Amino acid sequence: MKFFTCWQGKRRRQNRKFAAFSSFVHKEFLHIFRDMWTTLILLLLPVLMTVLFGFGITTEIKNGKVAVLDPSKDVATQGIVDKLATSEYFTIAYRVNTEQEIDDLFKQSKIGMAIVFNEKFYENMLHTGQAQILLLADATDPNTASMLNTYAGMLIASYQMELSKNLGTTPLQITPELRLLYNPTMKGSYSTAPGVLGLVLILICAMMTSVAIVKEKQMGTMEVLLVSPLRPITIILAKTIPYFVLSLVNLTSILLLSYFLLEVPFVGSFLLLIAVCLLYIFVALAFGILISTLVNSQLVAMLISGMVLMLPVIMLSGLLFPVNNMPLVLQWFSCVVPARWFITAIKSVMIKGAGFDAIIKEFLILLGMAVVLLGVSIKKFKNRLE
Amino acid sequence: MMTIKATELTKTFGNFTAVDHITFAVQKGEIFGFLGANGAGKTTAMRMLCGLSKPTSGEATVAGFDVRTQSEQIKKNIGYMSQKFALYENLKVWENIRLYAGIYGIKGKEIGKRIDMILEQLGFEKEKNTLVKELPLGWKQKLAFSVSIIHEPQIVFLDEPTGGVDPVTRRQFWELIYQAADRGITAFVTTHYMDEAEYCNRVSIMVDGRIDALDTPKNLKYQYNANTMDEVFHMLARKAKTAKS
Repeated sequence: MKFFTCWQGKRRRQNRKFAAFSSFVHKEFLHIFRDMWTTLILLLLPVLMTVLFGFGITTEIKNGKVAVLDPSKDVATQGIVDKLATSEYFTIAYRVNTEQEIDDLFKQSKIGMAIVFNEKFYENMLHTGQAQILLLADATDPNTASMLNTYAGMLIASYQMELSKNLGTTPLQITPELRLLYNPTMKGSYSTAPGVLGLVLILICAMMTSVAIVKEKQMGTMEVLLVSPLRPITIILAKTIPYFVLSLVNLTSILLLSYFLLEVPFVGSFLLLIAVCLLYIFVALAFGILISTLVNSQLVAMLISGMVLMLPVIMLSGLLFPVNNMPLVLQWFSCVVPARWFITAIKSVMIKGAGFDAIIKEFLILLGMAVVLLGVSIKKFKNRLE
Repeated sequence: MMTIKATELTKTFGNFTAVDHITFAVQKGEIFGFLGANGAGKTTAMRMLCGLSKPTSGEATVAGFDVRTQSEQIKKNIGYMSQKFALYENLKVWENIRLYAGIYGIKGKEIGKRIDMILEQLGFEKEKNTLVKELPLGWKQKLAFSVSIIHEPQIVFLDEPTGGVDPVTRRQFWELIYQAADRGITAFVTTHYMDEAEYCNRVSIMVDGRIDALDTPKNLKYQYNANTMDEVFHMLARKAKTAKS
């Protein structure tokens, strides 16, 4: 309450427009806090979800995009690469020349695995009867990493057997050496913490905002507000600010839990992380406003936020099921789910330590979504007044 | 002095003409009854006067401002109370008053005085900290009315303000309207209750989007050879193509 008192004191010095605005925001906070259950749910749900998802849910993920670093380019390396390429689990997406390139591809989430051969691979193998292959896997999705590893190991072993049979003489030994990137201990929480962020922020921002605005419409108070000198944009802004503040609280609690309880590392820039989160919150708020301009009852608003926003976030964003495992149609559909881009970006920044250049695509897509959503809802809101 | 002036005001939605060339004027401090069956076009007309919806054709000024181009100024000079209850149920009585005082730009120091004034006027001193949802309906409506004129507007629009309220409280409610009118606030009232129509200075009756009658209750009764406004109303409403009442 101290917050409000100091706010009130300051208010006298501000101009009248801001006074009208702030008294409206104040009222909105009162609505939330007076409803103890809502407040509790809003503040505790994220905590609960983080813990549940972090510990309870395992996922089965597959990302078959592979980069190959092959300096020797001989029969054997070509044979192994072909073996991988013809299997349904892998696609050879990139052929690179330096390890730096591999690193970049991982940070941009363009590949799930990289294969590195030694120089003169085939020659060495014939001379010594032994050869090593380095397999690098992106373990921010631990299940993906271990599955890819198993499949790659099996394919390499089968190639080794064919080769030995053909050459007939000495048995050859190809040993794949696996290196798990970013998440050497294969913790599931690495992939769920960003997912929960994506889910909770949508839930709080879109659902609560849309319900709060629709409630005014349903109660008839919106009519009174529209007749008042408050401008429509002020009303919308004042209604969203409290939920914006709440989502900041949630953001903080999820990040703290992820770091201290689930031990998810924060490798990247904290500022960039927050920037991406704010952008995502913005998208979610815009979604909520859009919903509120489309429907007239709280129940419908709740259902729409639940079905149209929550389910795709859970099912299609890569939180539970890997996007690359989905049927193509669903993969296309997942492109319009903001959480998909958010989760990818957050993983890159938080766990892989990627910079802005690595997530520029995700950032721009989210920004575009926010602009389109806001544009459409402002237009809708004006039409409704007519 | 005319605070509301409408000339040939019209609103169409596609082929449907909700308000059909209505012309009327309301004087300052007058209590103007705006009657009509459901669907006769009252709400649409009122929305245009409040600056919520733009007329298809015709002109209107409210408090001297054009409804087409100066809706922002109009909004500052009018109060509005709708048939739906307009206060926030889970805010306390004084918090509701403070909210609207803030929205209408009343200064911080002044707000406290207004809150006390309204509470005293209504005899609600003890209810200052009561949540609005705990008040009886009639009390809520009285409070809503006082809140709607907290900024001393030139005109207050009342859309079925007494729906569902018992006769005694309705009587008290009209006392408040008279007090406001004495201070020079024009009241523009729609109502279903024909006994309330008798309280108005002048009454207009809308049928199918047109104003079919406009005069003092006394003259209307004389003109239609009726004993009550109720009879007058039914004689007119029977002519409607889409009679509903």
